[in-house]
Amino acid sequence: MSYTMWILLTASLVGINCGLVGTFLVLRKMSMLSDAISHSVLLGIVGAYMVSHHLQGVSMLVGALIVGLLTTFLVQWLHQKGVQNDAAIGVVFTCLFAIGVVLISLFADRVHLDVEHALMGEIAFVPWDVLEVGGKSIGPKAIWLLGFVLAINIFCIVFAYKEFKISSFDYEMAVTLGIPVVLIHYVLMGMLSLTTVASFDSVGAILVVAMLIVPSATAYLWTDRLSVMLICSALIGVLASMIGYMIATVFNVSISGAIAVSTGVIFFISLWIAPKHGLLRKWLKKSPA
Amino acid sequence: MNPLVVEQMTVAYDRQLVLENVSFSVPEGKLVGVIGPNGAGKSTLMKAMLNFIPRMHGHVFVYGQPYEKQRHLVGYVPQRNSVDWDFPTNALDVVLMGRYGHIGLWKRPRKEDIDMAMQCLDKVGMLPYAKRQISQLSGGQQQRVFLARALAQDASIYFMDEPFVGVDAATEKAIVQLLNELKTRGKTVLVVHHDLQTVRDYFDYVLLLNKRVIAFGETESVFTYDHIQKTYGGKVTFLSSTHIVG
Repeated sequence: MSYTMWILLTASLVGINCGLVGTFLVLRKMSMLSDAISHSVLLGIVGAYMVSHHLQGVSMLVGALIVGLLTTFLVQWLHQKGVQNDAAIGVVFTCLFAIGVVLISLFADRVHLDVEHALMGEIAFVPWDVLEVGGKSIGPKAIWLLGFVLAINIFCIVFAYKEFKISSFDYEMAVTLGIPVVLIHYVLMGMLSLTTVASFDSVGAILVVAMLIVPSATAYLWTDRLSVMLICSALIGVLASMIGYMIATVFNVSISGAIAVSTGVIFFISLWIAPKHGLLRKWLKKSPA
Repeated sequence: MNPLVVEQMTVAYDRQLVLENVSFSVPEGKLVGVIGPNGAGKSTLMKAMLNFIPRMHGHVFVYGQPYEKQRHLVGYVPQRNSVDWDFPTNALDVVLMGRYGHIGLWKRPRKEDIDMAMQCLDKVGMLPYAKRQISQLSGGQQQRVFLARALAQDASIYFMDEPFVGVDAATEKAIVQLLNELKTRGKTVLVVHHDLQTVRDYFDYVLLLNKRVIAFGETESVFTYDHIQKTYGGKVTFLSSTHIVG
């Protein structure tokens, strides 16, 4: 496959992963938790490096998973102790992220990992960092990592579709029906952590938030069905990746930046023209025929 | 054995008592109105019985066993504004959620479940709206969807939090009909209710509540002028004698 194809595939996988997980975040009104986890997993990555002394896929996933769940738990705990939910999120992720930053600067001379890379990502380098089996290249590492996480995400959503649905729509009802709502919440946060860390390399921590929230918020405008919203959200992520990459090549700008801008543009266009919830439709409805 | 027994339940928010030593016992097949002023702890009572809010003291027994062991026997109809009606789903889907307890974890709804959900929609007159997105339903229709969901759950005891608030006359009638049907099927229903004028028509039993139980028993003997004055702190003056006894 060509260099361009690998990049498009990587970006599309990021878009699909983020679109699926992001849908539930938007519906559960937890968008800000994605901001929190996308930052705090940096600590997980550094932690994984300190333990395993390399920056390979699996240890990175495990590190991110641990810190991601820790973030969720701490936010919940502070909230129960009477701290406002948004303040709890603000306190926890900045602290964990800052520890990550301090640790990176401590190991800066020994490890290929810097804050800028973590925040912005560099998808342009993805095709050169290939996975080799028996001396033969089997494609970029990022693709394998993203593909593995996608399999987990799809499995969880398909397996627990109705549990995800009811605990997002009516939490109390779900509790009375004996649905393990706390487990579902932590599974979702685990999926979010894995998705974030797998997307890290390509689009970075800041832009992964855009990929998580914006396509899902856009899909929300287009459909009235959860299953359609999931697919729509994933497809919008892919579409934004394609458009973003084209813009980046034409104007010679940052690929991940251009992708995130594309998600925003698609959102604002949808906000106006979406058939059911668009502003244009609402405006037409209001004005006398 | 009474289906629902609450023993000495006390609930506090931030050390402030919201419910104090609440005890009552409801016989089977009765419609119970839970009556009291704003802030009397009516919703809190339901939420504490269902374990959404921790109790400081007290026990809830459902058919002789602690509630925790009998969860599946209790259906809950929350206040309409407790969920986001913009959620991407339709009326049938919401009613189907009532079946989730029967379907079991991680399994898909079967055809019987969908058939039953449709029947329940039909019972509340909402069958034509089965595929309608829930945000496009009126307040009364949304309430009926919630009731259909409770029906689909096929519980033995129901807790309903203000089902009559903000609904049209047709829906009010549909709810009353449904309550009576549940009663004839031997179900026990607790309803948080605001309209004092209709208490005598709708409920067999009343629980007059203002942080503690002011009175509990058959409407005939308990829903008296004195009790109501005591519950509302002497602020009720608009009731005519036809609506209350004594």
